[in-house]
Amino acid sequence: MASYNTSEFKSGLKFMMDGDPYNIIENEFVKPGKGQAFSRVKIRNLKTGRVLDKTFKSGEKVDAADVMEVDAEYLYTDGEYWHFMEPTSFEQYQASATAVADVLNWLKDQETYIVTLWNGEPLSISPPNFVVLKITECDPGIQGNTAQGATKPAIVETGAAIKVPLFVEEGELVKIDTRTGEYLSRAKEA
Amino acid sequence: MRWEPDGDQASRVDRAKTLRLIREFFWQRQVLEVETPALSASANTDPFIESFELSTGNAGVTEKRYLHTSPEYPMKRLLATGSGDIYQICKVWRAEPSSRQHNAEFTMLEYYRLGFDLSQLMDEVETLLLSLLPKLNRDSQYATYAELFLDNLGINPHTITNEKLRSLAKQCVPEFSGNLERQAALDLLLTHCIEPLFPNDCLTFIYDYPATQSALAKTEVSPENADVLLAKRCEVYVGALELGNGYQELTSASANADVLNSELAARDEMNLPPVPIDQRFLSAMKSGMPECGGIAIGIDRVLMLQTGASELKQVINFSWENA
Repeated sequence: MASYNTSEFKSGLKFMMDGDPYNIIENEFVKPGKGQAFSRVKIRNLKTGRVLDKTFKSGEKVDAADVMEVDAEYLYTDGEYWHFMEPTSFEQYQASATAVADVLNWLKDQETYIVTLWNGEPLSISPPNFVVLKITECDPGIQGNTAQGATKPAIVETGAAIKVPLFVEEGELVKIDTRTGEYLSRAKEA
Repeated sequence: MRWEPDGDQASRVDRAKTLRLIREFFWQRQVLEVETPALSASANTDPFIESFELSTGNAGVTEKRYLHTSPEYPMKRLLATGSGDIYQICKVWRAEPSSRQHNAEFTMLEYYRLGFDLSQLMDEVETLLLSLLPKLNRDSQYATYAELFLDNLGINPHTITNEKLRSLAKQCVPEFSGNLERQAALDLLLTHCIEPLFPNDCLTFIYDYPATQSALAKTEVSPENADVLLAKRCEVYVGALELGNGYQELTSASANADVLNSELAARDEMNLPPVPIDQRFLSAMKSGMPECGGIAIGIDRVLMLQTGASELKQVINFSWENA
């Protein structure tokens, strides 16, 4: 199995520890003048999402994690699994409820998502930065009201609750930033 | 392709001024500026410092050469030949990953003062650094290695058993994973639990290290415990940023040879490649090395403090990744 020396540590590097795959978020090299050097890293457990600090002696080796990312379209859910397809190879992946937990709010048919695979199995699904979704529920729009900052609650087709400006109508399409969950603008086409 | 320097014009002006101040400082004290080779046929034996190695091809004969990690060996050859007080400002190289406080190529000031013991050396280094860093509080902190461990962790680093030391290190630094030899456990505690406590507004000197970390410093029996051997070595910091490493120099030829050989043995134990010992340095020690104190100071880090930079590369024109 491929392995990495601590001197190769950098953010984004993925390795195995205690049976779980981890992603390096930050890496700092520390050395007491003379003597043993250490690598202090902030790492994310790719299964649980938990972030932790770890210190390794310089020169230690860790096993590489067989983790890769593919772009895949969301197809459907059968209630137990969520199915995605890589559009050029037609390769399909079934993701568990844990893997889709963070993306459920923004999950929409035929939209493209980043599927993180570990040993070929979906570990987590990340949404694109922006999605266009239909408003399925909100109070009637107040025409002409474009006042900055005034918002009302709304529900979109995925079931997610967001805040939208007062003029937005039920049935309209809106563009949302998935990183913040915030309304950005009205949209014409999905 | 990005071509612009990392450091800005202000950092360049600051560097030029600092180099001039250092040269003035030593000119007034009649310390001679010298040069020694950067590429040597021998290498630093310290198992925790890796030299860059290169093969030179000259008329079909290949030869290994090493970039110096400090000019210590050849400067001591000059001392042995009667050079008197000397200093050097030069680039040195250490095969280490880059970080906020590390660049594999950096500028070092190394100097030697005849007849200086460790406390005279620390005194002068304090004067020099305070003149380069006038904003620092002038009340510098001095603590022995033992005091730091006793005051902050409640242990005597010279006498604690390996077992107790290891379990304390694991308890104080739970995020550590891996094996801990004695040296690594002490270094882990120093870097993770003690250095972060040093004040940011003044110099902190650590001195009297365990003899196992003496490198080429003199050792002497502790006045408090006849079983403890201390290294007359110091490190100087501002906050957790280490600026320099000084010795009351080891002058005995056989003791110098012993250190180099034991470092080579440690390299072997750590599965590190062997490196050629500097035999010319050892010959110079045999011919007679004067009693002296010496220190190496990282100039880029001093510049970092002067300019308030948070990363080394802000004071370097072209950092490792941009070189």
